[in-house]
Amino acid sequence: MFWDKKIETLNPAELAALQLKRLKKTLHQANNVEFYRAGFARAGIKPPDIRTLDDIQKLPFTKKQDLRDGYPFGFFAVPLKEIVRIHTTSGTTGKPTVVGYTRKDLDNWSGLIARNMTMIGITADDVFQNMVNYGMFTGGLGFHYGAEKIGMTVIPSATGNTRRQIEMINDFGVTAIHCTPSYAMHLSEVAESAGITFKTLKTGIFGAEPWSETLRSTLESRLGVTAYDSYGLSELFGPGVAFECPERDGLHIWHDSYLVEIIDPKTGERVSDGERGELVVTPLVKEAMPLLRYRTGDVTMLMEDGCLCGRGKKIARITGRSDDMLVIRGINVFPSQIEHVLLKIPEVGNQFMVYVDRINHLDEMTVEVEINREFFSGELADLAKIQIKVVKELRDVLELRTTVKLVEPGSLPRFEGKSKRVIDRRGEIF
Amino acid sequence: MDTKNFIIKQISIFSENRPGRLASIAHALGEEKINILAFSIAEANGFGVVRALVDHPEKAYKKLSSLGFNVAFTDVIAVQMQDIPGGLYEIAKVLGDAQINIEYSYAYSGRDAAVLILRVDLVEEAIAKIQQSGAKLLERSVFH
Repeated sequence: MFWDKKIETLNPAELAALQLKRLKKTLHQANNVEFYRAGFARAGIKPPDIRTLDDIQKLPFTKKQDLRDGYPFGFFAVPLKEIVRIHTTSGTTGKPTVVGYTRKDLDNWSGLIARNMTMIGITADDVFQNMVNYGMFTGGLGFHYGAEKIGMTVIPSATGNTRRQIEMINDFGVTAIHCTPSYAMHLSEVAESAGITFKTLKTGIFGAEPWSETLRSTLESRLGVTAYDSYGLSELFGPGVAFECPERDGLHIWHDSYLVEIIDPKTGERVSDGERGELVVTPLVKEAMPLLRYRTGDVTMLMEDGCLCGRGKKIARITGRSDDMLVIRGINVFPSQIEHVLLKIPEVGNQFMVYVDRINHLDEMTVEVEINREFFSGELADLAKIQIKVVKELRDVLELRTTVKLVEPGSLPRFEGKSKRVIDRRGEIF
Repeated sequence: MDTKNFIIKQISIFSENRPGRLASIAHALGEEKINILAFSIAEANGFGVVRALVDHPEKAYKKLSSLGFNVAFTDVIAVQMQDIPGGLYEIAKVLGDAQINIEYSYAYSGRDAAVLILRVDLVEEAIAKIQQSGAKLLERSVFH
C-alpha cells in the first residue's frame, strides 16, 4: 500500500530533478545560518555554484559536534516566531542537540511517518499503541502525529507501567505497537510471567536502537507480530527517515526528502553501492533547520538491487551507530553482536550489561548475563559449564576473550527508552 | 528397607557473590520460621550456590522463589559419624572402593554425633554400601 504513490515511485530522472530543485531551496535556506555562510566562504563557493546533485561534494560535512557548538539555536534558519516545536537529542555526553520545526516541517515529518506505516499495511482501521517517550525524544510525538494523520486510533501510552501497557493492548484490541526492541523484549517477559498472551497484535515497529535478525524472530514469536525496523535521527526530523517494506530486506530511505551519500569515514570519499560506509544525509525538505551533508555516524550501504515493492533504493539495516562501537584491544565490537550471541544460548537470559575496564594497560570486557531460571540444576559445576559456554560462543563471534559473570534472574536493569548496556570505565584515570 | 527414606532434599540457591545475599536468604527463611539444620556455600568466579538442609524444604523453595531467587532441590544423604579419629576415613573408603564419587560434602555437629552430608553421583548405591558397612544413615524424617 502507498500513502503517496507518485512521490514514492518516481523514476530516476524525475527523482533527480526534484532532488536538485529541493537542494537549491535548502542551500538558500542554509544561507540564513551563520555556520553555513562561514562554511561557504571558507570553501570559496556561493549557493548558486551548486548546479548539479554531484556538486554537493564541494561542500564540507556537518558534524554532530558542530550542532552541539551551535547550542541552543545556532542552526535555526528561521526566526524563533516561526518555530512551533523544539526537540532535543536523547542526551549523549555534554549538551544536548536542539532541533526545531516549523509548521511545514511537522507536516512533512508526519507525512513521512504516514508513508512508512501505510507501506507496512497499517490503516485507519488499526489501533496503535505508541510505547516510547513523549517528551523531548522525537519518537513519541513523531509517530503520534504520523499515525493520527493516517487516522488510526492512537494510544499515547508512552513508557513505564508495563503491566498497564499489557492490559491496554488486550483491553483496547491494539493491533500495532511501536517501541524500542529492548522494551519489546521486556514487555514479552512481563506478559509471559503473568501468563498473558496477545490476541489482537499484528504489527511491531521497533527502532531507536540497532537490533539483530535473531531478536526479530524472537520478538515475532513471543509477541505474535510481524516486526519492522524503523530508522531515524532527531537531526533529520526524527523517526521516519527510512523504514522496512513488507519485503523486510533493507530499509527504504525517502530519496525525495533525503539526499543520501555513503562515504569512507576516514577519507570522506564516496563509496560505491554495495560497499559499507558512513551514512551522510542532506535533508531536502527541512525549513527550520537545514543541514548540509550531515554525518550520521551510522554504518550502512546503498543496496544494489531494486525492490519488488517498486520504491527507491534501499539502505542495509544499521548494525550500530559508530558511537556504540567499542574498540577492545583493537577489535571492533558492537553491543548488537553480544545480544545476537546470547539470544542463541537458551541457558542464559537476553538481558545483558557490558563493562569495559583497562587493567594493567589492557582492555578487559566483562559481560554480565542472567542465568535462565529453568536451567539452574542446583549444581555449581553445571553453572560453570554454562559460563564456559557463553565465553566460548562470545569468543567465536567477537574473536575476543571476555569475562562472563552469571547473575541472578531478573537482576539486570530493564530499559524502557534507549538502553544503556555498555559502561566504559576506561576513561577514568586516577 | 526403602532407600528413599534416606534421600534428603537439600535446597540449592543460586547466588551472586555480593554483600548481603546470604543475609537476604537467611532473613527470608527466618521470616517463615524455617530452621536451617546445616548449610554450606560453594563459590566460583563471582557466583556461588548456597546449599542448605532445612526443616521445611517445600516452604523454603516457595518463599525464596517468590523473592526471585533461583532455587533447585538436590538429593543428598546424611551419615552419622563416629566422632573419633579415622571416622571420615571409614566412610570415604567405603564409597571409594565402590567407585562412587563424592561431588561435595559438608558436615555439622548434631545433637548426638557429627553428621556428614554427602552429594554423590550414585545415590542408591551409596546408601546400600554405607548400610552394609554398618555405618548409620540418618533418615529423611530426622530433617523434615
